[in-house]
Amino acid sequence: MGGPLASAALLPRLYAGEGAAIARMLTRAEAATPEAREALAEIYRRAGRAHVIGITGVPGSGKSTLVGKLTRALRATHRKVGIIAVDPSSPFSGGAILGDRIRMSELATDPGVFIRSMATRGSMGGLARSTQDAVDILDAAGFHLILIETVGVGQDEVEIAQASHTTIVVSAPGLGDDIQAIKAGVLEIADVHVVSKCDRPDSFRTVADLKSMLAMGAVLSRGGWSVPVVATSSERGEGIGDLVSAIDRHREYLHHSGALRARRQRIAEYRMLKTAEDLLRRRFAASRAGRVADLAERLAARELEPYSAAEELLNSAFGSTYHE
Amino acid sequence: MNQAIRIMLAKVGLDGHDRGVKVVARCLRDAGMDVIYTGLHRSPDEVVTAAVQEDVDILGVSLLSGAHMTIFPRILKLLEERGGQDILVVGGGVIPDEDVDALKKMGVKEILLQDTPPQVIVETLRELVDARGPR
Repeated sequence: MGGPLASAALLPRLYAGEGAAIARMLTRAEAATPEAREALAEIYRRAGRAHVIGITGVPGSGKSTLVGKLTRALRATHRKVGIIAVDPSSPFSGGAILGDRIRMSELATDPGVFIRSMATRGSMGGLARSTQDAVDILDAAGFHLILIETVGVGQDEVEIAQASHTTIVVSAPGLGDDIQAIKAGVLEIADVHVVSKCDRPDSFRTVADLKSMLAMGAVLSRGGWSVPVVATSSERGEGIGDLVSAIDRHREYLHHSGALRARRQRIAEYRMLKTAEDLLRRRFAASRAGRVADLAERLAARELEPYSAAEELLNSAFGSTYHE
Repeated sequence: MNQAIRIMLAKVGLDGHDRGVKVVARCLRDAGMDVIYTGLHRSPDEVVTAAVQEDVDILGVSLLSGAHMTIFPRILKLLEERGGQDILVVGGGVIPDEDVDALKKMGVKEILLQDTPPQVIVETLRELVDARGPR
């Protein structure tokens, strides 16, 4: 076939919304192929129109199923929807089982929906390293709404709020009491709360706990937006329409209040810092080679203490220019 | 950067047995691959759309139902139409020996029958992707 097609040659097809071209560009973004960098830069300049919705919650809270139902409802408003579904990589083999698509089978052949699965590859925080490149690619390909489904998170993975315009936190009934609801962490990042599986009898308690947490003012720093709690049941198809209108109201709010500009700035800043940290980490990994084992041995023998060992490692990796 | 092999494992049609394909999924995961599983009862159209969107290196179709001589040609044709012609199609499950050659002639890259040891599956898939080269 005459070798790989240049990324620049994919762009016109990608802008026209051609599935195979979008898919190939996503692969190259994920692989961080140097050849693709200029094309990704052009995509970045072109993107910025889509509304990005982050969906997070504990494992098994029903995120994927909800994404399926939500997308179906959003499609009724004739908007094209791109979905990025992140699942964890194995810490041992690096492999992954990406199973989110199974729950979205009703979208399988809708030409206005594009679903892509991504593995975290050791990246913490609930997203993959290239998730935001993927957002830009789908944005530039003409998708109006982009849904990012994070890995099932614990309490502390809040990166999604730095990547999306509207953050939805999904809680399932039966996983904790009102003290869980006032803890710091992932619950604080929600622009919209969803309580899933509301066909279960104990779901009213989860809804009540979240509402009283919100009333307590834990999240009052949201400006003029009051965070709604939407009860859904994917099984019965209930509450999905309410969720669509909550998302649209939040989008309107961002536009009219001027908060959108601030949020875009925040997303850009976070992304720049994260990319810089990434580069630094890679440079560090390359330049510390050969120094780690020796220092670790002296540290284990308690000849060194951790702080000076770390300083010595940094000095040898980056030269004596490193000072706190 | 060294990229993991991406593979989609699919169950097509009325075949409702997926113990085997799940075992294969697990062993490919443990070999460091990214495995996308479609779930049961998919149509060729659904599977091909998903494989193209996911830009997988390999589409593995497990069939225990005997419908392989109908389903594989359909999948290959749809891949061609949707721009997924460089996706390597591999078959697995219960397929009579006498159909294997015919399927390969059609464009199925390999048939891994039910008695193939896991390590052989992993090696065969790696070799197929290596032979294809970068894309």
